[in-house]
Amino acid sequence: MSIFDSSLISAAFWIAKGTGLTVALIVGAMFLGLIVGLPMAAIQVYGPRWARFLVMVYVWFFRGIPILVLLFLFYFGVFSPLEAWLTKFFGVRINLPFLASVTTLGLASGAYQSQIFRGAMLSLHMGQYEAALSLGFTRLGALVNIILPQALRIAIPAWANEYSILLKDSAIAYVLGTLEIMSRIKLMVATFHMHVPFYILAGFIYYFLTWLGIKALKKLEAKTRIPGLGSDGDAHFPEANEEIGTDERLEENPNAKPVPKPA
Amino acid sequence: MSLELNKVAPAVGAESETKRSQPLLEANRISKTLGGKLILDDVSLSLDRGQRKILIGPSGGGKSTLLKCIHFLNPPDKGDVFLDGKSAKDMSQSNISAFRQEIGMIFQDFNLFDHLTAKDNVAIALRKVKKQPKAAARARAMEELDKVGLSDKAELYPAQLSGGQKQRVSIARAMAMEPKLMLLDEPTSALDPELIGEVLQVIADLAQGGMTMLMVTHQLDFVKHLTDEIIFMENGRIVEQGNPGVLLDAQSNSRTSLFCAKLTQLSSKKWTPGNFM
Ligand SMILES: Nc1ncnc2c1ncn2[C@@H]1O[C@H](COP(=O)(O)OP(=O)(O)OP(=O)(O)O)[C@@H](O)[C@H]1O
Ligand SMILES: [Mg+2]
Repeated sequence: MSIFDSSLISAAFWIAKGTGLTVALIVGAMFLGLIVGLPMAAIQVYGPRWARFLVMVYVWFFRGIPILVLLFLFYFGVFSPLEAWLTKFFGVRINLPFLASVTTLGLASGAYQSQIFRGAMLSLHMGQYEAALSLGFTRLGALVNIILPQALRIAIPAWANEYSILLKDSAIAYVLGTLEIMSRIKLMVATFHMHVPFYILAGFIYYFLTWLGIKALKKLEAKTRIPGLGSDGDAHFPEANEEIGTDERLEENPNAKPVPKPA
Repeated sequence: MSLELNKVAPAVGAESETKRSQPLLEANRISKTLGGKLILDDVSLSLDRGQRKILIGPSGGGKSTLLKCIHFLNPPDKGDVFLDGKSAKDMSQSNISAFRQEIGMIFQDFNLFDHLTAKDNVAIALRKVKKQPKAAARARAMEELDKVGLSDKAELYPAQLSGGQKQRVSIARAMAMEPKLMLLDEPTSALDPELIGEVLQVIADLAQGGMTMLMVTHQLDFVKHLTDEIIFMENGRIVEQGNPGVLLDAQSNSRTSLFCAKLTQLSSKKWTPGNFM
């Protein structure tokens, strides 16, 4: 054990660095999930049939396979060969465990996020999209200027839920050797031969990160609330804390009303 | 509220005399199948510049579908739409957007953009579609809101407006794009009776300004004075069309007059026709 001094102070520092890595992992994966999930949601609500089918295949792939299996699959199936290739031809070194973890978690989250945004888009009246088209917006213009600003707002509570789940899923990334919270805690356990205190610490850190993220997203929700809608209006936005207890990713926004598909 | 409907300008504007030969809008033999059912069956109609026509008929007859086909929101399966002689059928996506921009559409349930103030509802298409600078678009929006009597509500969001006010904002929003004609799909039928008048007043103002219109409505008293022609649609077909005076005459025994008699009967419990004007 030469990588850290066996004093508890430097152990704390070391774990703090792991916390930073976990945060980077989550932020990266949430962001990748957003980039992947938003267009897929738009396709599912407004897109042609063949594209909706492709999205459905994607969503079921990531939903149907455990995250642990996905991590190994991407690590050995994609990133290991990719690293070998990059090193061979460009001499580029990549942080293989981190990259594989962020990508796998992000792509999986994209599947879940697409369902969040799909629900949010469905809860908007198809009429607003048609009204935008009727004013001369292109389909993309209507999505970007009219649908997205509203769907993103509506999705914030479900997004907070996704954040808390992804945060906890990220602990699994230690299997690839990503030096995030969990892998560092395990090393500490092995070094100090203390189990319970370190796992309590790990639990506390995850709890704190969950609390912090949800708090921030609630702030964002309040800040972007549309006057007349929400708490004093007719549309009900689920509170972030209503969903903390359910460790289930929403298939659909509970607000969603059935809307006929455009022809 | 008194609508002086008889004073409305003569239906065919002076400018149209030069271009008499070509209607402003022509829907030619439109058919549309939805959910395996033939909803529109070979429907044709045309509007000259400044002309106003009313579309009526029983529920499910295909009126809304026809307006959406004309607007290419829901492109027809067969047939074509010509605006100023230009065919819409084989247009590219961007040309279709430009085509739609020239036709204003008013929906039964307003379809305002919930996340934008009344002013920005009107301004956003000016900014994003017509690429006007923000300040110019907003100034223009204020002008249009003023025309519908809502300049004092410019900063309110749709959820803070009454139904009548929402519909007036949606009219301002469509008019800001300077469309060549307006399609209105039951603009007052989602409104409480006491709010209908304020919206009809705005529509009458548009008519007075010479706007070309195709409107679905069952507001019959209103219909008579504003229009050149009534088109009666049933089961996806035009079954009657002609002069309102003739078609609405109870003696004529037309499908239209029978339908209207039934409507009046049904609605007389809530209001006597005309009592809101
Ligand atoms: N997307 C769709 N898929 C299947 N059927 C549809 C669709 N849209 C409309 N229809 C059907 O088409 C028919 C005509 O509908 P449309 O809304 O055009 O009638 P309408 O004359 O406007 O009636 P209303 O007076 O009730 O508004 C109805 O029978 C309706 O059920
Ligand atoms: Mg209709």
